[in-house]
Amino acid sequence: MMTLGKKGSRRGLAAAYPTWFYLPAAIVFGVLFLFPTFASLFFSLTRWTLFQYSFIGLDNFRQFFSEPFLVWGLVNTLIYAVVTSGSKVVLGMLLGILLTSNVMVRGLLRAIVFFPVLVSTIGVGITFTMLMHPTNGLINDVIAVLGMKGPAWLTDPRFALLSVAFVDVWKGVGLATVIYIAGIVSIPSEYYEAAKMDGANALQRFWNITLPLARPATVTVIILSLIGGLRSFDLIWAMTKGGPGFTTDVVASVIYKQYQAGFYGLSTAGNVVLFVLVAAIVVPLSFVLNRKEVEA
Amino acid sequence: MTAKTLKYYVTGILALALAFFVFVVPFLFIIVNALKDKPEAALLHFSWPTETHLWENLVAVVEARDYMLITAFINSIILTVVAVTGLVVFGAMVGFVLQRRPSRWSGLINFMVLAGLIMPPAVVPTIWLLQWLGLFKTLSGLILIEIAYSLSFSVLLFRAFIATIPRELDEAAILEGAGPFTLFFRIVLPLLKPVAVTVIVVQSVAIFNDFTNPLYYLPGAKNATVQLTIFNFQSMFNTSYNLLFMNILIITIPPLIMFLFFNRQIVEGMTAGAVKG
Repeated sequence: MMTLGKKGSRRGLAAAYPTWFYLPAAIVFGVLFLFPTFASLFFSLTRWTLFQYSFIGLDNFRQFFSEPFLVWGLVNTLIYAVVTSGSKVVLGMLLGILLTSNVMVRGLLRAIVFFPVLVSTIGVGITFTMLMHPTNGLINDVIAVLGMKGPAWLTDPRFALLSVAFVDVWKGVGLATVIYIAGIVSIPSEYYEAAKMDGANALQRFWNITLPLARPATVTVIILSLIGGLRSFDLIWAMTKGGPGFTTDVVASVIYKQYQAGFYGLSTAGNVVLFVLVAAIVVPLSFVLNRKEVEA
Repeated sequence: MTAKTLKYYVTGILALALAFFVFVVPFLFIIVNALKDKPEAALLHFSWPTETHLWENLVAVVEARDYMLITAFINSIILTVVAVTGLVVFGAMVGFVLQRRPSRWSGLINFMVLAGLIMPPAVVPTIWLLQWLGLFKTLSGLILIEIAYSLSFSVLLFRAFIATIPRELDEAAILEGAGPFTLFFRIVLPLLKPVAVTVIVVQSVAIFNDFTNPLYYLPGAKNATVQLTIFNFQSMFNTSYNLLFMNILIITIPPLIMFLFFNRQIVEGMTAGAVKG
């Protein structure tokens, strides 16, 4: 007779939980995700038409780091990721605190803040393109009422990238907020009561209780929004297509543009640059952030 | 009225006003402009339409480019339903064995799950592969892609949930003579309903809203998905803003319905997936 658990034989386990259960997932994932990833390492070193390739060594990468419009993409990606991630941490935490406090119509507020997360990114992007129209847009109309003149949000190179980043935050802050809500709710209320008895004011309670104990939420929000920010494509494509000039191009949009232009080798090199970038930032960062958490 | 209740109402009203202004007004902007006629919508004003053209605009959007929106909706629904079914079944199978039976594969699989969450997919090699498999520009190809890209999320959620199901249940079933197939599909899978609902809701919204993957792997107007229909009404010189906004409005309705019915599961799933990731 077969038994499981600690005393169960290896064969018993294998019979009840067969390895072939991995198979359907492994085939789909292996063929359509892993294989192309490995293939990209090779094709990034070639000039490639999809039907034939010629090996050109590191030329694609050399081009990637020397052509100004490609370097722009790299720099913009970093700016975009850091700005959106930082803003989501700050705003998400503030909203999280507000929406766990005893505020009026709390459920409705939570729903309002979260709903944009579920809406089509393209729809949001196009809508905000209209709202940010320099002369007819609602945003500048409001600014005009206040007696000032709003900038050309999406066509002025100084503002374009930050304007898109703003919309990214608008759409994504709801997710950061619900993560913070989950984190803050799990902090035992006794801590706050004890602090209150000791005479700590609201700011001190935030600084000494909420901030350190909501740290797992902070780590999650940072990592998640950095990954999203570094890979971001659809919002930028819907709003500016990388323009004006190359001022809002990011690595993901460069990959698409090079693909459309038929530079498949260069596009694939962009892909390799992107996953090196993501891995080089996210992996060490999550390691450091998670380790400090254990020490503290 | 005490100072405390005053503060309660003032903060509440302020927060509500700000939330309305920042988060609700853009949606109202979409709605009012979807109801206008073409010249009025082109002004991009945030105002109630002088005449409402709800039915007219609706018909125009649906009929545009030979009923492309209808085709797109059918495509998107097939894509979402089949891909999500695959994600639930395959993800649960992996999560089940991974949680129940640690082996020398576990480390590798955990690593793959993380890689799948973090790494951006390699686009052009995937297109090359799909062409070779005869799956490029086919709905089946896109379905498999969506499964491959979202499996990690699904596995994480299922594994975490399966850890809460007592092993004794498996043992009892096996003593009764259940094979692995019966054990999983007849006994374990039905118990996974709460987490399955979460995976289904979160992933259907994500796949329905997906723009990038259809753009790369399913190009061409003939088999467009809903997200690509928005661009029908946007051209450099002659954008029909009223129809554009009507289109955005129409494709926002399915996620809105999901949100109204499954708000709790969506929020739970997104936070759980995020925290455990």
